[in-house]
Amino acid sequence: MGLEVEISGLRYTVGKAEILQGVSARIPEAEITAVVGPSGAGKSTLLRAINRLIEPSSGEVYLDGSPTSGMDPLVLRRKIGMVFQLPALFGATVESEVLYGPRLAGKDADAARLLEVVGLDISLSSRDPQTLSVGQQQRVSIARTLALEPEVLLMDEPTSALDEAARLKIEDLIQELNARLNLTIVLVSHALDQVERVAGRVVLLAEGRSEGEWSKQEFFSKEGELARRFVSGKL
Amino acid sequence: MQGLETVGSALLTLGLVAVAVALSLYERLDLERDIAIAVVRAFVQLAAIGYAINYIFGLESPVAVVLLLSGMVGFAAWTSARRARGVPYALPVAAGTIGVAAVATVGLLLLLQVIPATARYLIPLGGMVIGNAMNTTSLTLARVRDDLTEQRLKVEAALALGATSRQAVSPILKTALRNAMLPLIDSTKTTGIIFLPGAMVGMIIAGADPLEAARLQIVVMYMLLGSVSIAAILAGLLSYRSFFTTRHQLRPDQLLDK
Repeated sequence: MGLEVEISGLRYTVGKAEILQGVSARIPEAEITAVVGPSGAGKSTLLRAINRLIEPSSGEVYLDGSPTSGMDPLVLRRKIGMVFQLPALFGATVESEVLYGPRLAGKDADAARLLEVVGLDISLSSRDPQTLSVGQQQRVSIARTLALEPEVLLMDEPTSALDEAARLKIEDLIQELNARLNLTIVLVSHALDQVERVAGRVVLLAEGRSEGEWSKQEFFSKEGELARRFVSGKL
Repeated sequence: MQGLETVGSALLTLGLVAVAVALSLYERLDLERDIAIAVVRAFVQLAAIGYAINYIFGLESPVAVVLLLSGMVGFAAWTSARRARGVPYALPVAAGTIGVAAVATVGLLLLLQVIPATARYLIPLGGMVIGNAMNTTSLTLARVRDDLTEQRLKVEAALALGATSRQAVSPILKTALRNAMLPLIDSTKTTGIIFLPGAMVGMIIAGADPLEAARLQIVVMYMLLGSVSIAAILAGLLSYRSFFTTRHQLRPDQLLDK
C-alpha cells in the first residue's frame, strides 16, 4: 500500500546556487503525481531530496506524517524507490541486477515474478543487461527498484531516453503499477501529453519554487492554461 | 667502468636525448620542453641527492636518515596530490598513505633483521618504497576520481537501492586497486627474464656477487609488492570516503568543482 508524502519548505543550496528555494507539496497516497516545470526548475533535485540522495539545507519531507530527516537513509531509500532517466544497470546478469537491492538487505526476492510484472520475458534473466534494448533496460531498472517492495516510487523522466513505442509501453506499466500495487508514484516529466495520459495530479515547479498543485482535470481545463503555457515554454 | 667515473661521460649520453628531441620536433609531439626539463631536473636532483646521501653517511646519525626519508614522503605526497586534483583532502590522504606504506614495509624488514638499520640500506630502499607508493597512490586517487565522475549515475542508482557508500563504490574501488597494482605484479612476474631490475644492475656493475645481488633484489621486489599493495588499498579506502557524506550521499560539489 502506498504512503502519502508531504513536502514542506524544502531548500537545497550547493555553494552559491539555490537549487530548491522553498518547495512545498502534497503527494497523496496511491496516486500518480506529476512534477512539471521548465528545465532547471529543480525537479530532479526535489526527487533526490525526497529519498535523501541529497541532504536538504532546510525543510522537511514527511512520509505518512513522520519526518524523514531523522530516519536511516538506507531504510528510507528502500521504502521510497527511485527510477532514473537512464537505466544505469551494473549487474552481470538481468537476474543479479534485479536481486541487487534485496540481497544487500539480506532478503530474497522472486526475480521471475518481478520480470513478469514489468513485462519482460523470463528467458532474459541470464542475459547481460547491457545487451538489451534501452527500453528493456529501463524495465529491468524498474524491476530492480520494485524488488525492494517500495511504498513510494520516484521516477525521474523515465521515458525521455526511449523511442515512442517504448515510451508508451512504460507509461502503461506506470499506470499498471499504480493500480495493481497501489503504489504512490511521483513522476517527473517534461512532456505534457505524457502527464495528461498518466498522472492524476500535477505539481508545478519553477526556479526552485513550487508554484501550485492541481488535479489533472483542473490543470488541463481552461483555468490551468497559464500553467500549461508556462511549462511548455510559451510564456 | 672507467667511462662512468667522469661527468663528461654522463654528458655524452645526452646525445641519445638529442635524438629524442629531434624525433619530437620531427613528429611535432611538442615534448621538447618536457624532455629538457626532465633532463635538467634529473641531473640536478640526482647530483643533489648524491651529495646529500654522502653527507648523511658521514654524519652517521639516525635522525638525519629519518629526516631525509620524511622529506621524501612529503615531496611524494605533494606530487601525488597534484595529480589527484579534485580529490578532497588529497594531500593528507597521500601523505598518510605513502607514509604508512613506507613505515610498514621498511619497518618490517628492520624488525625481521632482513636489512641492517644503517643509512646505506635505509635511504635507497626507503626511496624505492616511497617512489613506488607515490605512483600507486597517484594512480589510485586519479582512477577513483575519474570513475566516480564517469559512473556517477550507477553509484547513485546503487545508493537509491539501499547500498551503503562503500557498497555502491565497491566496483570502482576494485578496478582502481587492480589498475594500480597490476603493473608492479606483472613486472615482478617477468623480472629477470625480460629485464634486470635497477638495484641488481647497480650491484652487479659495482662488482658485487650476482647471487648476492639477486638476494637483495628478491627482498626489494617483495618489499615493493607489499608497499604498493598497502598504498593502493589505503589510498582507495581513504579517498572514496571524501566523496560521500556520512548519510551515504554523493557530495555534488566535489565532483562538479573538478
